[in-house]
Amino acid sequence: MLLNARTDTEVKLPLLPSIAGLSVAGAVARAAFFTPLEARQGAAQKIFYIHVPAAWVAFMAFFLVAIASGVYLWLRDHRLDQFAESSAEVGVIFTTVVLITGPLWARPIWGTWWAWWDVRLVSTLFLWFIYVSYIVLRGAVESPGLRARYSAILGILGALLIPFIHLSVYLFSTMHPMPIVGKPSKPSLPSEMLVTLLLSLGAFTLLYFAFVRSRYRYAVERDAAAAGAPSYA
Amino acid sequence: MPARISSEPTPATAPIVEATELTRVFGPRQAVAGVSFSLAAGECLAVFGPNGAGKTTMLRVLAGLLKPTSGTARVSGIELPGGALARSRVGLISHHTMLYEALSPRENVAFAARLYGIRDAGARVDDALRRMAMLDRANASVRSLSRGMQQRVSIARAMVHSPQLVLADEPYSGLDDAGARALTALLQELRSAGTAIIIVTHNIVEGLSLATRAAVMQAGRFIRQDTADRIDASTYAAAYREALAASG
Amino acid sequence: MAEILFTAWLIARKDLTIEFRTRSAFFSAVVFALLALVIFYYAWDPTAVTPTDLAPGIMWVIFTFSGLLGLHRSFGVEAADHAIDGLLASPVSRESIFLGKAIANLIFVAAVQVIAIPALVLFYNVPLGGIAGPLVAIAILAAIGLVTVGTLFSAMAVNTRLAELLLPMLALPFFVPVVMAAAQATAKLLSGRPLIEAAAWIKLLLAFDIVFVAACSLAFPFTVED
Repeated sequence: MLLNARTDTEVKLPLLPSIAGLSVAGAVARAAFFTPLEARQGAAQKIFYIHVPAAWVAFMAFFLVAIASGVYLWLRDHRLDQFAESSAEVGVIFTTVVLITGPLWARPIWGTWWAWWDVRLVSTLFLWFIYVSYIVLRGAVESPGLRARYSAILGILGALLIPFIHLSVYLFSTMHPMPIVGKPSKPSLPSEMLVTLLLSLGAFTLLYFAFVRSRYRYAVERDAAAAGAPSYA
Repeated sequence: MPARISSEPTPATAPIVEATELTRVFGPRQAVAGVSFSLAAGECLAVFGPNGAGKTTMLRVLAGLLKPTSGTARVSGIELPGGALARSRVGLISHHTMLYEALSPRENVAFAARLYGIRDAGARVDDALRRMAMLDRANASVRSLSRGMQQRVSIARAMVHSPQLVLADEPYSGLDDAGARALTALLQELRSAGTAIIIVTHNIVEGLSLATRAAVMQAGRFIRQDTADRIDASTYAAAYREALAASG
Repeated sequence: MAEILFTAWLIARKDLTIEFRTRSAFFSAVVFALLALVIFYYAWDPTAVTPTDLAPGIMWVIFTFSGLLGLHRSFGVEAADHAIDGLLASPVSRESIFLGKAIANLIFVAAVQVIAIPALVLFYNVPLGGIAGPLVAIAILAAIGLVTVGTLFSAMAVNTRLAELLLPMLALPFFVPVVMAAAQATAKLLSGRPLIEAAAWIKLLLAFDIVFVAACSLAFPFTVED
């Protein structure tokens, strides 16, 4: 997916995916080797530099899906639908990364794999559910126009759901305080860590754009091929 | 979208339905690709054409189920999409019965009458059922009826609100001889009373017997359109066969 | 506005008449709820957790899944012979169609709960005391939330492959805040806490209802028209 096999250009390394890939590699390397260890959490804290940027991208991707959905229902431009489809498929990957790195980080730090009181983690879980519903819904509808409209509705409603999940879990956590070992409060980051975080954030965002662009091209080609095939009215 | 309604009542010669370059696309596919015609009160347009020509799509646009992509269409002077007012003037017959199987014919037709704003619909419901020879089975459940009888109920349902325009998509499908005769008689009666009719059918003889105009549709266009005096069954059959062959 | 309500009621009454004739969905939902009560009881050690403590959670979980059983038939009846085209070609507004379907679903869910909740109280020794009133209020708010989202998704699911699987998958994430709020509020009330402590959850339910009734009503026309 990263290497575009376009017939009209000779094989040369495509720019955006290469830069994105290198940025991510660089950010990870910096996080692993060139950023100081956090005092209380030790080495496990380094997952933070993947977990947080992935979460940022996961939510940004869905925000874009929701916006594209709304504008699609207004303008009915199928390119918006193709973008939403692409952003959703890329978003689910980043969301999965968050849901895997979350427990890997939580276990050594909090002593538990999962935290039902943690608003961000549960919201991300529900984001994942909505992404998967979105993708399955798209797979279950034949007609492109209907598929686009249905997906758009789910995109918008899903965006409305997340704040309610947030609120519900927050309310739940205040009423049922859980015994936690050493729950970290929001860290005030020393500048080196902040820089690493921001670099990682930038790298992941570039990766998002690289993936989405590639996926979008695939969607455009696929739809063009389907349109060219004989249609049975 | 607000409907634009002509301020004067529809004069006797003004068209009940007219279309100018009416177009409806689905993504890259042009289902209806620029159709133009005009029908006054009492006229009947018979549309023939191969499967996939766009006939059903065209009727669905006129019935208010789909919005036009471009071009214009007017029903009773109201430009489409004309909202509730335009839909209230139209009766739709399809080869799907659009009935609720658990309810009786009377309940189905009465429900439709109330949807169209007719209070105290009892007499009109009975009349509609009688004209399609379904009054004696009016209280059985639709599920227990044969396909032909269900189609008759569906036709009664489409007429109960006395539409100005009747759109009939393969209305004869499933009807037996008695039902077909009842339908033809009903359509002719409606025509004399001033209703405009568009009928899509594969049965050229039946269609032409009712028509004052006829058209052959292929690939979203009318490739041929004539008025009654120029209609000839054999040339139409030939044109239809040509269109069938051309659509492959 | 009165027009919309009148037409919605017309459509709701038609749906309820059809459901009453066949009754199959209603009985399925009721039997499912009762069986679930039995299964849940035997799934826990009654000395470790008293049935009374389990009751609020079970009440709302069963409410959700039995509600889903009823939702599916809501648009199934319109798909059968393309009856939905008859509705859409008539002058009724799309909003009244949605409202009518939702009202019918609400009555269906309420009818199932009228049997299921007393059964729960009976089987699980739930001390209702003075909380019956607030409990009914919670039930109504929860039902509105469930039915609003469920009606919209059932309109979509009916036109897809795997409709019976898709509807729960789409709807359940949205039911979670409803179930959580209803169950937590009920638990607070049952353990004798003052109403004020359940207030936050009830407010959440109310907010959910307001937001999603508005959003789903606005979204519905897009599912049927093009």
